Amino acid sequence: MALRSSTRWRFRQPSVIPGFGLALGVTLTWLTLIVLIPLSGLIWRSSGLGWSNFMALVLDERTVNALTISFGTAFIAAVVNLFFGVVLAWVLVRYRFPGKRVIDAMVDLPFALPTAVAGIALTALYAPNGWIGSLLEPLGIKIAFTPAGIVIALVFVGLPFVVRTVQPVMEEIDKEVEEAAATLGANRYQTISRVLLPGLLPAGLTGFALAFARGVGEYGSVIFIAGNLPYVSEIAPLLIIIRLEEFNYPAATAIATVMLFLSFIMLLVINSIQAWSRRRYSNGA
Amino acid sequence: MSSKKLAGIVKLAFLVGSLQLGSIGLAAADTTLLNVSYDPTRELYKDFNAAFAEKWKADTGETVTIQTSHGGSGKQARSVIDGLEADVVTLALEADIDAIAKATGKIPADWKARLENNSAPYTSTIVFLVRKGNPKGVKDWGDLTKEGIQVITPNPKTSGGARWNFLAAWAWARAANGGDDAKAQEYVTQLFKHVPVLDTGARGATTTFVQRGLGDVLLAWENEAYLSLEELGPDNFEIVTPSISIKAEPPVALVDGNVDAKGTRKAAEAYLAYLYSDAGQKLAAKHYYRPFKPELADPKDTARFADLKLVTIDEFGGWKEAQPKFFADGGVFDQIYKPGQ
Repeated sequence: MALRSSTRWRFRQPSVIPGFGLALGVTLTWLTLIVLIPLSGLIWRSSGLGWSNFMALVLDERTVNALTISFGTAFIAAVVNLFFGVVLAWVLVRYRFPGKRVIDAMVDLPFALPTAVAGIALTALYAPNGWIGSLLEPLGIKIAFTPAGIVIALVFVGLPFVVRTVQPVMEEIDKEVEEAAATLGANRYQTISRVLLPGLLPAGLTGFALAFARGVGEYGSVIFIAGNLPYVSEIAPLLIIIRLEEFNYPAATAIATVMLFLSFIMLLVINSIQAWSRRRYSNGA
Repeated sequence: MSSKKLAGIVKLAFLVGSLQLGSIGLAAADTTLLNVSYDPTRELYKDFNAAFAEKWKADTGETVTIQTSHGGSGKQARSVIDGLEADVVTLALEADIDAIAKATGKIPADWKARLENNSAPYTSTIVFLVRKGNPKGVKDWGDLTKEGIQVITPNPKTSGGARWNFLAAWAWARAANGGDDAKAQEYVTQLFKHVPVLDTGARGATTTFVQRGLGDVLLAWENEAYLSLEELGPDNFEIVTPSISIKAEPPVALVDGNVDAKGTRKAAEAYLAYLYSDAGQKLAAKHYYRPFKPELADPKDTARFADLKLVTIDEFGGWKEAQPKFFADGGVFDQIYKPGQ
């Protein structure tokens, strides 16, 4: 920006590559067809409620509870995924070991598996009579049919996002950077926290945002393991289904609109942090 | 893109197009019926469809293909409202068919009176499934709220069967307390304190009880309970029939708006009528539904049904009153789960 003599904002940045107008046109048309029209339909449907009804529904204790559970569990699951996803990506990028290819392929499985299957499989494992559940039962730890079960299901469906966004960035980092840090007297911990991680932060945040967004909207894998008790383990998408069962379309779309709005705000915040960290840590690029 | 490639694509498009035309041509030669049903009727309609197709062929010489779609009753009703072209609907609750009638106008408001027995060719009731040997000694509804008993039932907000469970429990408590509704509500509130998981559908609740080993008692459709016994072996579970339960009437209806548009009225009407025939009643009993006319069914099959006092939905003022009162947003069921209750 500072390089340009005129500070006037111009719509078309002259580019070496032609076809900007066409590309932008295609992009906007496609976005409108695929994303904007369905979403505006959603908002239009809930507008049939009127403002006071809409607010009454959104501020209803049960709705607030369900939204808290949905966003809370999705957030916790995304944090867990951020940590373990980075570790997993690190192992896959930096080390060579037998079966690496297989593990690399397995990371994508949660993408391909129908979520209901994942939910049923996880419930079978974590139920009081399941393999893992029966080991935890004597310790008084309950996973299935509690909010903890929801977190487990969301960790499962969100894992690939972090790994797959962080992996390519890690591959770009040269070993020489670490060696340089070592020769300058940094210990291993300093190298990781001051040299490696800052470079990974933007990608990590992208993965975090994707895993989080997926967790908020997840239904199929969660309803099997949640227990679905109102005020305890009832997620917002289930509340939407309940409203639909009451043939109450406006109320269902109202909850969906709130979820959409909250998700958008959170993704915007995460993306801003990401842009900031990119500026902060990118060395002049 | 090379011109050769383009020619190939055009050819392919023509081929696909002609295939589509071909299938439309085929469809005109015989009739296809779509029966939109709910979850536990899978096995029943598999047999019934085959029997009806055979009969239709014998009577008219036409071939009829019947497709049946299964799912949660409310979800299925919504699919029809949203435009799924069902010729007939065979759902768990009157309220679901009422919703279709109200939202689309494709079913007349008085649909219930068009077929015998309130349009219910088969009925069922709610029974208990307990673990083998009945270790907790559960005999009747009163035992379900005892210390240390866990009850599995799906969520009445998302499951038709669960609404019958809820009303059956209510009916018993009301009778036990000399017709006191407040006492009945107290009992049902207590009952749901013993429910650790609210699955979204009847099959899900059965899975929770049977596969996950959760709970001591499963509240289930009678036909589902017998099916569980049949499939899982009677050495793991047994059925307890309570003193009072509710007469569940899963109704059937013709979707006039769709059959007239598709020209399938004759076959669809015959399909529903056949449910009331000897063959239909026999099949219903074979699949553990209580036939409307037991005398037509195989006595061996009807002998399996235990005798108990059955109350009907009319004692709750019919579904038109019960649905909003108990299960609508902010209704009795929502009250039960209000914090501080």
